[in-house]
Amino acid sequence: MNITTIKENQFYTISIEGELDASSSIMLDNTLTEAFSKKENKILVDCSRLNYISSAGLGVFMSYLQDFENNGISMALFNVSDKVKNVFMILGLDNLIKIVPSKKEAIELIN
Amino acid sequence: MVERIKIACTTENLKEVRKFVNSTLLKFHISENEINMIVLAVDEICANRIIHSNQSNRNNQLEVEISDKEEGLLFNIKDTGDFYDNTIQGDPEILNLVKEKRKGGIGLMLVRKIMDSIEVKNESPYTTYTLFKKMNITHA
Repeated sequence: MNITTIKENQFYTISIEGELDASSSIMLDNTLTEAFSKKENKILVDCSRLNYISSAGLGVFMSYLQDFENNGISMALFNVSDKVKNVFMILGLDNLIKIVPSKKEAIELIN
Repeated sequence: MVERIKIACTTENLKEVRKFVNSTLLKFHISENEINMIVLAVDEICANRIIHSNQSNRNNQLEVEISDKEEGLLFNIKDTGDFYDNTIQGDPEILNLVKEKRKGGIGLMLVRKIMDSIEVKNESPYTTYTLFKKMNITHA
């Protein structure tokens, strides 16, 4: 798995490539910790090249929701494949985590 | 049909398990989404056994066996790690996990949502998780 980050205007975009599982989820954890410590408050997560997620990946996203809410940080996932989105949906996490079709909609949602 | 894979107990090998389950299920008429869900359920049990019962000890081995039955697919996940039956626990409340900033606790929930049954057997030194997915299966 590979994660890249880029700051464009006030948006901090995290792009995830590959499979997010029990072995690789630590990378996402470190990336979100870094974004949090840098006080980034508009986080976009590009999932167009994310082709698998397990509970370890879901758990990392979940574990930041409270801190993000307490600190006025918005996060939205975009370009999520149906296969990956269905995994969020099984547990109803799509109700807690913003998931939208495109980057444009993600920006509109959290701006 | 019976297919097996044996891996050393490290999480880096989970992708090998997923590849094996995926390629085995491609032999049947099963949708891509359903294959992904079944792969996920097997991955969750394997990750749990590797991390919590085998402490990611690469000297230990874990075996995944897939067999087709008249009413569906059977998955046996067997290893010699510590016996622990986590199926006796109920599902946590997602909102509580969020409040507690917990990363774990949802793996078995996913498995319960995906599979029709989960059984755990301890026959020293082996612990076997048996997952069953009821489905009409025809060869591709």
